Amino acid sequence: MERKVRVLVAKPGLDGHDRGAKVVASALRDAGMEVIYTGLHQTPEMIVEAAVQEDVDVVGLSILSGAHMTLLPRVVQLLREKGVDDVLVVGGGIIPEADAEELASAGIARIFGPGCPTSEIASYIKDWFETSERAGV
Amino acid sequence: MSDCEKIREAGAKWRERLRPSATERDALFETISGEPVRDLYTPCDVEGLDYERDLGFPGQFPFTRGIRNNMYRGRLWTMRQFSGFGTAMDTNKRYHFLLDRGQTGLSVAFHMPTIMGYDSDHPRSLGEVGRCGVAIDSLEDMEVLFDRIPLDRVSTSMTINAPASILLAFYICVAEKQGVSSDKISGTIQNDILKEYIAQKTWIFPPEPSMRIITDIMGFCVDHVPRWNTISISGYHIREAGSTAAQELAFTLADGFAYVEAGIKAGLDVDRFAPRLSFFFNAHLDFFEETAKYRAARRIWAREMKEKYKAKKPESWLLRFHTQTAGCSLTAQQPENNIVRTAYEALSAVLGGTQSLHTNSMDETLALPSEKAAQIALRTQQIIACESGVANTIDPLAGSYFVEALTERLEKEAYDYFDKIESMGGVVKAIDRGFFQKEIADAAYEYQKKIEQKKAIVVGVNEYVIEDEEIEIPILKIDPEVERIQVGRVRALREKRDNGLVKTRLEALKKAAAGPDNLMPLILEAARAYATLGEIIQVLKEVFGEYKERPIF
Amino acid sequence: MPLDVQTLLKRFREGDRVALSRVISLVENDHPSSPVILDTLYPFTGKALRVGVTGPPGAGKSTLVDHVAARMRTDSQKVGIVAVDPTSPFSGGALLGDRVRMSSVNLDDGVFIRSMASRGSSGGLAWKTFEVCEVLDAFGVDRIIVETVGVGQGELEIADEAHSTVVVLVPESGDGVQAMKAGLMEIGDIFVINKSDRESADTARRMLDSALELKPVKNGWRPPVLSTVALKGEGVEELHRKIEEHLRLLVTSGSIQHRRMEGVRAKIVEILRNRIIQSAWERNKLGRLIDAEVVSVMAGGSTPYKSAAEILRKTGQ
Ligand SMILES: Nc1nc2c(ncn2[C@@H]2O[C@H](COP(=O)(O)OP(=O)(O)O)[C@@H](O)[C@H]2O)c(=O)[nH]1
Ligand SMILES: [Mg+2]
Repeated sequence: MERKVRVLVAKPGLDGHDRGAKVVASALRDAGMEVIYTGLHQTPEMIVEAAVQEDVDVVGLSILSGAHMTLLPRVVQLLREKGVDDVLVVGGGIIPEADAEELASAGIARIFGPGCPTSEIASYIKDWFETSERAGV
Repeated sequence: MSDCEKIREAGAKWRERLRPSATERDALFETISGEPVRDLYTPCDVEGLDYERDLGFPGQFPFTRGIRNNMYRGRLWTMRQFSGFGTAMDTNKRYHFLLDRGQTGLSVAFHMPTIMGYDSDHPRSLGEVGRCGVAIDSLEDMEVLFDRIPLDRVSTSMTINAPASILLAFYICVAEKQGVSSDKISGTIQNDILKEYIAQKTWIFPPEPSMRIITDIMGFCVDHVPRWNTISISGYHIREAGSTAAQELAFTLADGFAYVEAGIKAGLDVDRFAPRLSFFFNAHLDFFEETAKYRAARRIWAREMKEKYKAKKPESWLLRFHTQTAGCSLTAQQPENNIVRTAYEALSAVLGGTQSLHTNSMDETLALPSEKAAQIALRTQQIIACESGVANTIDPLAGSYFVEALTERLEKEAYDYFDKIESMGGVVKAIDRGFFQKEIADAAYEYQKKIEQKKAIVVGVNEYVIEDEEIEIPILKIDPEVERIQVGRVRALREKRDNGLVKTRLEALKKAAAGPDNLMPLILEAARAYATLGEIIQVLKEVFGEYKERPIF
Repeated sequence: MPLDVQTLLKRFREGDRVALSRVISLVENDHPSSPVILDTLYPFTGKALRVGVTGPPGAGKSTLVDHVAARMRTDSQKVGIVAVDPTSPFSGGALLGDRVRMSSVNLDDGVFIRSMASRGSSGGLAWKTFEVCEVLDAFGVDRIIVETVGVGQGELEIADEAHSTVVVLVPESGDGVQAMKAGLMEIGDIFVINKSDRESADTARRMLDSALELKPVKNGWRPPVLSTVALKGEGVEELHRKIEEHLRLLVTSGSIQHRRMEGVRAKIVEILRNRIIQSAWERNKLGRLIDAEVVSVMAGGSTPYKSAAEILRKTGQ
């Protein structure tokens, strides 16, 4: 059986806009992935704990509250502290270009802005996965 | 032969003659909600329409044509731009800017911690302070927010739900300090918790205690704040979460009826609280469908309030509503195009007879509105009001075969949903089952798929795209200092106030929460003692518990 | 970086949760190292007691699991939770959302929650649920709670894998009747009417009670019917007590030991059967023989039965 890609879709921050997160979660499922949805209002600690327990390949963070510069780097940092450094972390939401660049240097591989087709997200993940060291295990 | 038969016959001939040349574009002829639209509408589509019964005159039952006799010839809608960011000082400045430029009412956007019931120094607030609204932790902040704004003359709308009772209390206290008694102030709290569970998802308590707080507010305002709109029953967020127009209409009205039933059940007289219920709708891009939606909403509400809930006062039958243009219709690509989108959306709301209007800024999908973008948004409304001529006559789209047919169709769809909800045991039970959440999630996903398959076109996103576009509009940045300043303020407050008094008032509130008494007077007492929002919410959580979402896809 | 199974297992034995999680994945994905892993861990298994929680979607299973796990934690027990949801037959993907409801234990390092997709298995359990439970057991958890969706006849496998099975129902009319038809009545050791804050709860409970009267008492255990309001944590204490009571009965009566023995036997049989088939298949090049017979059946020259007999004859069986 083909190795399933596992993705955590999480909503850090206090806002309740889960339309994007849910659409992406559904689209990734329809692209054949196993999506673990954490729900709203997650702290970085909760997200990282879930990522560890679920042994996901990808962590997708959707945030529209404006707290992305604080919360997203914190997720990466906590993952590293747990010794998890082979996981792809991506983000989405209302995140200005300049912030996205800064986030990239903090380890958020990609920010998918409003209007980005879900098919692009799915193929980005698939491409990453194929060449990642997680693919074999 | 009846008129309609004649028309049908003539129509058939027209079609016959037309056929050889009538090839159609390769496009999806349907509304943005996915409802098919035919090429032509004729009197046959509104055959059953009875003018007196279904439309009537403005200001008369069933109010399809508007709730006032003279509508905008009497008074224009209130131009009410939603705004708030940073500290209370920052936002107070923006309010003075907007009032100076001719805005006629205020509308407060709170930051996420306030909306979720946390103080700015709570760990959960980290990174959120002042980001998507203004940080209000206590009465002290509220005093600054409305500094030099006369609360007996300006009406204020506050977008706040789970903690609405507390912000209303803060507002009443500020008015007191200005020497304005609570019966002189006017405004709105959103206070619509049902749509939080359905769509917006900034809840705190479970539905039951939440409904109790709401009926407490309704009861308190009837006696003490008679000009206050106690609930703004909101379809806006339902639509933003991805619903169709019919779902927005149906779910919002169903929520409204649920509040009416709760009020009646709590022993309140329907004619005392119903006139203070108002509505809040979305203005999306499908121009005619939107106008029809508002017209249908008025007709349904009037009929049900009169016939089902036996309200006797005509004011109880009126559906008054605020409108905001659709944030979800805006694009991050070529953001200037958003000005155009917003203008069409605003026009549909005006043609639909809105009482107040917020027009979005073009930079909404990038950040909070810059001053420039906020000004253009306001100007958009002013141009519609003063230059377009549409405010000269009442309900100008009435009698359009298409618009009347759409109005009827939406009305029918709404009633179909009411039946479904009823069969599930009402709104709260349907929420529990995830009914609304599922309907909305499905609709959102469907629409997304249409965009990705290019069946729906979004200019600048999947058609007419500019590669490597440089965004050239200014972006409002929130200074990270805001968080430090605000955290300092709330900590300092805790040092300087009478903490013994705070403690006794919070304890009294907690005790009352476990019993049946109206909580509003106790919340006011706690507010006056400068108990913070987070502290008040915390004692209520200890009694009421917290709501947990159910994941629905 | 090649996978170093021994290092991974060493970390696992030291209580490293990241290692636990990776080991679960290897086993779940049937990685070539899986047999070695299960072999190595086998001596450490046999301690954890497994509780199955099943019932229709939306009954409140996850909410109850959250509470029960939190309750187990107050006895200082370590808890593993496995939440199984179906894989979409169309895409092979899955949406797993049970964690959302388990927020009171999701930051507790004495609790480990793992979501699993059924991946084509049809019995309501995931393909490798049992193996994943073994891994958690070896990690040292005291209790394993397995949540599965159970509505239809085909989704009752949970009862074979769990020591104690809790069936969660809601008062809504029809649910009870549905449950009886679907065979849920047969598998429950404990029945729960959740959402008892609703009107019809009493009726539902009475219906269930009288239906259960007809059921014979098995090993001195009469399945109780409990009422809970998972949202408020009401009835959780009682539910927990009944679960522990039932588990204790199973331990003292030797029934768990017996089941483990049966389980071991079944496992050996299963492994042997697979191996024997596989080796016979390859030795006799059955694939090619079958291909030839298929052609002959399709051409009308044989029937499936005749063809099978022919193959057996050719291979001298
Ligand atoms: N009224 C009520 N609702 C409940 C109760 N327990 C759970 N729920 C709700 O039922 C829904 C489904 O719960 P969940 O635990 O996800 O159910 P599962 O699908 O069986 O795992 C959620 O919306 C819960 O809030 C209860 O005791 N009373
Ligand atoms: Mg569940």
